[in-house]
Parts: sequence; C-alpha cells; structure tokens
Amino acid sequence: MNSVFIATYLAIKEVFRNRGRFFMVALVIALITVLVLFIAALGEGLSDANRQYVANLDAQLIVFLEKSDYSITASRLETNTVKAVRRVEGVADAGPIYTSNSEIVSLPEPLKISMLGVEAGKPGMPTLLDGRYFRGGEAREAVMDVGVAQRTNLQIGDTIEIRSTQGTEDEFFTLTIVGLVDKQAYFFQPTIFIPPSTWELMRPQPEADLSSDTPYPNIVAVKLQDPTQVEEMKSRLVERVPNIEVADIETTINNIPGYTAQQGTVQTQGAFTLLIGILVIGGFFQIQVLQKVPQIGVLKAIGSSNFVVGLSAVIQIIIVTAIGVGIGATLNYLFSLGLPPTIPLAFNGTRSILAIFLLLFIGPLGGMVSIIYAVRIEPLKALRLG
Amino acid sequence: MSDIALEVKDLVKSFSLDGGTINAVDRVSFQVRFGEFVALVGPSGSGKTTMLSILAALLSPTSGQVLIDGQDLAKMPEKDRVKLRREKIGFTFQANNLIPYLSARENVEFMLRLNNRLDHASRIRSDELLSRLGLADRLHNLPAQMSGGQQQRVAIARALIHNPALVLADEPTASLDTERAFQVVETFANLIHENGRAGIIVTHDLRMCQYVDRVLQMQDGKLVRIYETKKEIKELATAAVH
Repeated sequence: MNSVFIATYLAIKEVFRNRGRFFMVALVIALITVLVLFIAALGEGLSDANRQYVANLDAQLIVFLEKSDYSITASRLETNTVKAVRRVEGVADAGPIYTSNSEIVSLPEPLKISMLGVEAGKPGMPTLLDGRYFRGGEAREAVMDVGVAQRTNLQIGDTIEIRSTQGTEDEFFTLTIVGLVDKQAYFFQPTIFIPPSTWELMRPQPEADLSSDTPYPNIVAVKLQDPTQVEEMKSRLVERVPNIEVADIETTINNIPGYTAQQGTVQTQGAFTLLIGILVIGGFFQIQVLQKVPQIGVLKAIGSSNFVVGLSAVIQIIIVTAIGVGIGATLNYLFSLGLPPTIPLAFNGTRSILAIFLLLFIGPLGGMVSIIYAVRIEPLKALRLG
Repeated sequence: MSDIALEVKDLVKSFSLDGGTINAVDRVSFQVRFGEFVALVGPSGSGKTTMLSILAALLSPTSGQVLIDGQDLAKMPEKDRVKLRREKIGFTFQANNLIPYLSARENVEFMLRLNNRLDHASRIRSDELLSRLGLADRLHNLPAQMSGGQQQRVAIARALIHNPALVLADEPTASLDTERAFQVVETFANLIHENGRAGIIVTHDLRMCQYVDRVLQMQDGKLVRIYETKKEIKELATAAVH
C-alpha cells in the first residue's frame, strides 16, 4: 500500500513541478483525441444516416423477395405477401415498407428525402414523437422525421410540395405534416412517411408503371411473438411463404448498399489515428524516460523498488493522458455545438464513448516500452558506477 | 548488540575481460564500527568504486562476505537487497544526487516515506537536520535552484535522516570548490560521529582525509594499507596539500 502511495506521490509531484512540459504532451494527446472523436462521430453519424430507420424498426425480421440478396432496393414483393406473412404462426404483426426517393421543392433550397410508404400502427411505422398518424385516401398527409423539421423549420400543420418524375413529366404533390418521428434517417437522407396508396401515387415511376395503382412493397417488417425465436422463425417463414428470403435486422443493415464499405473505411481511419496516437505518446514518454535515467538510478539506489518506479511511470502517463483526453473531449463538445445539423456527426454515440476509453488506454499502451525501460534501468549503470 | 556496522571478509569481485579474468576487488577484509568515519582512497582503477557498489548492495560479490548490521548481503535475493538499501544504507553520489522535482525538504522526507516512517516528529527532525546543514532558508527550493554544495548537503541530510547503519559517499566533493568541499566533508564527519553511524567516503582528494578516523588505501583491487593513527592520517592529508 505504501508503494502505491509513494508511486502516486512521485507521479503527481513530477507532473505538477513540470506542468508546462506535461501540458504540452497533454495538448498533443488532446489533438489526437479531437481527431479520433471526430472520426468516431463521423462514423456514428454516417452509420445513423444510413441505417437509422432500419435499426430502429419495431421488428425482428425483414422479408425480401427471393434472390434479392437482402437488398431493399432490389426487392419487390407481391401485394399478398404481407397477408401470407401475418398468417404464419409466431408472427405477432407485419407491415409492408415501400421505399423511394423524392425532393421537397417548396423550400428555399430543395431538399432530397427518403419517401417511405408504411401502414400506420404496423411494424415499419415509427413511434410518434409529436402529432398524430397520417390518414390515407385523399387526405394527403405525412409524418416527418424531426431531422427534416430541424433542417427546414417545418412544423406540424405546414404543407410541403413534393416533386416526382412520372414517366417523362415532373409532377408536383402537396402534403400536410401531421406528425413527427425521431431518428429515422434512411440512406443518408431525412425521411417522410406516407400511406401506401399516397406513396404509389407520388413515387417517381417509369412510364410503364403509370397505368397501375397497386403498390408493391420492397420489404415486410415482421414483429415476432417471441423475439428470441429469430432463427426458427426465419426458417418457418421461408417454408410457409413462397418466393421470399428472410434476414434479421443486422443482416439487413449490412446489406444496405455501401454501408459495410463505408463503415470499414471510417473504422480503419479511426484505428490508424489511434495507432499514430500510440506511437506519438510512446515516443514522448520514451524520450522522457531516457532523460531521467540518472534520476531513476538514484531512486533505485536509495531503495525504491521496481514496482514503485514502474507504477509511478504508469500513473504519470494515466494522469497526462486523462488530462489530454479531457481537454480533447471538451474541445470536441464545444466544436459540436457550432456544427449545423446537416453534417452527419454524432458526438453522443457509443463509438465516441468507446473512442474515449480507447484513448485513455493508448497512453499507457504507448508508454509501455518506456515503462519497461524504466523498470529495467540498473542503478549501477545509471549512476555510472558500473 | 555488536558495535560493528560493516564487516567485509575476504571479498572478491571478478570480471571477465578479453577472455581472461581480472579481480577488481581482491580478497579485501576490514570492519567499520558505528560512529566511525572511514575514507577509501586509491588511484583510478584501484577498485574503490567496485567496492562501494558492493557495499551499497548494488553489485554482488564473486566470493566473500559483506555483513551490514549483521545481515550478509552476498546471499540476499534482490528484493531483500532493495529493502536493505532502503533501511540500512544512506547514499550520496558524485552528481545527480537529488530527485529534481522534489524540494530540499521533500527530498529528505522521501527517505522517510520510503521507510513508512514519515510523521510529525520525523518532519521536525528533517527540518532540523537541514537547518543544521545551513539550509533553513532553502527548504522549499528545488535542486535546480540550489548550488552544487547546497545540493550535496541536502543529499547528506537524506542519507542520514532514516538513521541507516552505513552511510556511503561517492566522491561527494568532486564538483565543489575547495572551501565548499572542506565544509561538506567536515559536516558529514560531524553528523556521522554525532549520530553514531558508520560512514565511508570514497575520495581522490587526500586532503579530505583530515576529517576521517581511518583511511583504507586500495591499489589493484587490494587493500594495501590502513592509516589508523591521527599522526599517519594527518601526514597523508598534509602531503596531499603539498
């Protein structure tokens, strides 16, 4: 216990008495922290923008058209598939999801959006944050992602105009916002939700589709009676419903076009930044230990154990790293306050928290070589007695 | 309780060199009593530093015995050697003596911390010792804010504060001017005598021998002569002046 106290005492005294030098090291760690957290937040933000809607679905399984390779855009199911899925034993409920892109043109700057057709109250329709669900038929109502509202200052009760290419002509449709939902971005775009019949009317479509009023869902979200029976239900659905394939939510997300490649790129950037951090911090502390060889020799010669010397170095690195990460995280937070919502950065995500833990870890990891070196210093040689 | 603080018996330290073996310390035997201040002198390469390193429990002998306060350090595992250095030995070096980020007072108190003996009374004793060494107004100064002589005096205080059986000083006057060197060794000798500790000073400067009780002269690893009487020691120190 006394050894731990002495090691802590030495570490704190050295950092405090050389606070200028250690502050410079902490600032370097802070800059690495800013960079790592920025990349982590970018990864989280891009990930959210791509998969948020699918990830937040109140469903455990997604039904695709057979041989669509779990690609939402490639899948186009028969209209009766939803009913067939609902009839399968173990299915609590199922809801069709119709996807397309559109553009709000009634704003000073046109805004590209994901336009999703869903049935109110069914899996696929998110929980309302404010307002009410849309009505079908001629009502022309929509529920909007709060992300759209933030960007456009739109509120419940406002109307928006949608442009849709129908055949070779641009058509314009008006929708009234009746409700808001949260965290429902899909395919890097904010989302609006409308009833299937309205979706069929407003979706961009080629000339050949114009004669049909029947909407075909891309996928069906399936909510299970027992959410733990995912694997059993996958098999059962494929057996009972013709021409489908079934995936869980994670597989569906990983098959969103570009998702895996994009996340792999961002994570590789983050990993390399951490690696650079380890090398930089390792270099700093190695130089520091080399400068302190005689001093460590004195400490050992007068009776300090290797444990005290090593632990003191570890505590010192932890203190400096913690200060650096603290400064970096604070700078990041202040930075995030000034960013517009259009930039896909999520500073409060799990990746940022993970990145902070990793950053706190890289200090001692980077300093490991110097700690081992300090422990191995022979007082005889350090004091030039040998 | 024995009055022998240090007993060296048939001590040998060999090193391999160019395929052969040389004895840096060759069958050396001597004793130092509590309250005795001894100088270890000799030309470069005579084995003084090797001897000091063994006595400081920093180097293991090839053969022979070194008993510090009755404990044979030749047979000790490293962990016990560290404990012995901490509890039974006080050490001052030529240079880089002090922990640079601790003040004079903190450097001295550090030995008490290491031995888990820092309390109100020992703090007062630490301050008194530093005052005795003329450093009352330097208690809060860092080593970089003190002269070489002041740093050596702080190192002497640190070497004595925990009442070790043996105090070792390796060329403590090497970087000091003559006047400062005499002051430091004289103070060191007085404290050794007053506190009843055993002290060994390694020095090239034979003039410093005037403050010691005995002089051990080494040459080629052997103890070649012991100056024991005041007359012999005075002659040795005076000869060095001339």
